[in-house]
Amino acid sequence: MPENNATQPGTDGLENRRAFLGKFASAVFAGMVLGGAEVKAEEGKTTLALPSRSPDGPIRPELEYEDVLVRMQRELEAALERPIQKWVMVIDTRKCVGCHACTIACAVENKLPPGVVYRPVIEEQIGEYPNVSWRFTPRPCMQCDKPPCVPVCPVGATWKSADGIVDIDYNTCIGCRYCLTACPYQARTSDFGDHWTDGTPGQGQMPYEELPMFEYGKEWKRDGHKSPVGNARKCHFCRHRLQQGLLPQCTTSCIGRATFFGDANDPSSLVSQLIHKPNATRLKEELGTEPRVYYLV
Amino acid sequence: MNRTTGWILFAILAVVGLVGVFLRFTSSRDLAAYGSYIPWGLWVATYIFFAGLSAGAYVVAVLGHVFGVEKLKPLAPLALAIALACLGAALVTVWFDLGHMERVFNVFLRPRFTSMMAWMVWLYTAYAITVLLALYGLWRGNLNLTRMALTIGTPLVVFYPGAAGALFGTVVAQSLWHSPVFPILFLFGGVLSGVALVTFASAFFTRRNDPGYPERIHLLGRITLGLAVLYLLLEWAEYSIPMWYQVGHEFEALMGVLFGPFWFVFWIFHLLLGMAVPIFLLARYPRNPVAVGWAGFLAASMFLAVRLNLVIPSQVQPQLEGLVNAYRDRRLSYAYLPTLFEWSVVAFSVALAIAMAYAVIWFLNREKKLEVTQ
Repeated sequence: MPENNATQPGTDGLENRRAFLGKFASAVFAGMVLGGAEVKAEEGKTTLALPSRSPDGPIRPELEYEDVLVRMQRELEAALERPIQKWVMVIDTRKCVGCHACTIACAVENKLPPGVVYRPVIEEQIGEYPNVSWRFTPRPCMQCDKPPCVPVCPVGATWKSADGIVDIDYNTCIGCRYCLTACPYQARTSDFGDHWTDGTPGQGQMPYEELPMFEYGKEWKRDGHKSPVGNARKCHFCRHRLQQGLLPQCTTSCIGRATFFGDANDPSSLVSQLIHKPNATRLKEELGTEPRVYYLV
Repeated sequence: MNRTTGWILFAILAVVGLVGVFLRFTSSRDLAAYGSYIPWGLWVATYIFFAGLSAGAYVVAVLGHVFGVEKLKPLAPLALAIALACLGAALVTVWFDLGHMERVFNVFLRPRFTSMMAWMVWLYTAYAITVLLALYGLWRGNLNLTRMALTIGTPLVVFYPGAAGALFGTVVAQSLWHSPVFPILFLFGGVLSGVALVTFASAFFTRRNDPGYPERIHLLGRITLGLAVLYLLLEWAEYSIPMWYQVGHEFEALMGVLFGPFWFVFWIFHLLLGMAVPIFLLARYPRNPVAVGWAGFLAASMFLAVRLNLVIPSQVQPQLEGLVNAYRDRRLSYAYLPTLFEWSVVAFSVALAIAMAYAVIWFLNREKKLEVTQ
């Protein structure tokens, strides 16, 4: 894709950025960007301050650049042409603003009932006044390469698929919830058959509660005690959307472009570049579960 | 307690239990307090409680017919009836816990043997067959069949409580469960509670004018005492090792057990009523059948407290800090207190166990196959 070399925010973008920084980084420039703020540190020395900006955003506003969503969409389409994919998600915690749009978009996409959540965003306050900050950690299913939830299933209703997504067969699951206890990220929840309109005035369910959803590429309707009611449920990277050439809903809906998704089998893909950065980490690495979700910190 | 009082208590238990079962089928699990962050609650604890009782009762029959402890041989019908009844109650209780009860046979039709749960179900099944065969042998007067069934069942009665412990112990995510001592704890805990239950039943529901009665009760009391002391030793290992340096998730979880809001489950129900009082009674009055019987009752029934403390505290510890506030729902909570509905289902299981044991004993009595049962 040579025609995009000048504008991509990935590796090529990094090259551009380095060149740019080498050329323009100076105290004068820093002063401009920082609004003329006085540089006080270690007076007398030449201080270089870099412009404050997001690492994958535009280098200069006037430069044309490609939205990461457009790039990921293009890479997704290319990945689907390949026989096998290695789906990976990267979440940049520095970009996440804690808007919970991904949580809501996921719930809407999958028509999630009360008590079932695939992608909550953990909010933590770090430090004490005056040094206080917030950390936001979206927590989808980690799609572990060594998933502790899979071998515990007594009926083989969940498995690690070739593309790395941990699937559940709703029609086989007996609802023992052993997998819920086994997940170190508590990424699985049980569908207890609750409805949003339970205990509210009015008659019956709202139309949105009766809409079908399409997890794992099948049509499901939560009706009475039929699956997925009674089953373990979890994030599946929106497999049904991937099958249609669409990015996961959490990725699409992220207003801060903090969630990246793609095929790690393609070394030039955005996610491949991101997961090999030194600031890429995974939750509970010490357990050896090899999660497919990376966090940039 | 006379027979009428017994029937009245049983009727109350059965009615409460039937209401619970009715609610279980009609309201699904709306009324249960467990959720997705504490997926296993009272019913799972009750299940392993009954499973342990079954194993312990079976051991009494094994001691008599396989290891030749003559004093215990006449107790085999009673012990096997209790073993069968408790196994039935265990399986029914955990069946109620399933999200899809109608798919329970998937465990037989498409088992995955990497799962300790699959192993456990298959071991239960083999074990249940030996219980039925042993009882059939007693009914038909074929003691060779009983002995053979119990001999085959001897390794099973070691493995299946162990497998129940391994079901928890193999879960890496649960720091309090993930311990090599768990299968051992489950094995000896089950044997202790089951032998104690047979001790209670033998003391109060067998013929006191039988010449072997005093010695039999004395022996059972001694075995129960030894097992109780052994269990305390294992429990000391379970608690002291993770707590010694007062750091880590296990320490915090165990502190919750000892000094959390449900401290009385450990100190009062388990340690005082389930251990200290029975040990005192058994040590002080070893030849008093009433004291031994009540000691057996306390040691057996209060073991539910141990099971609750094995199942729940580990799950109360959040896997990810802050997760509970990320998405609020009553099913996404780290607080758990069994509801009356859950207790009513347990009442059904207890009533079922009593009814099953009574039915088997009544049947064998009618066939005049029992030597000692009243």
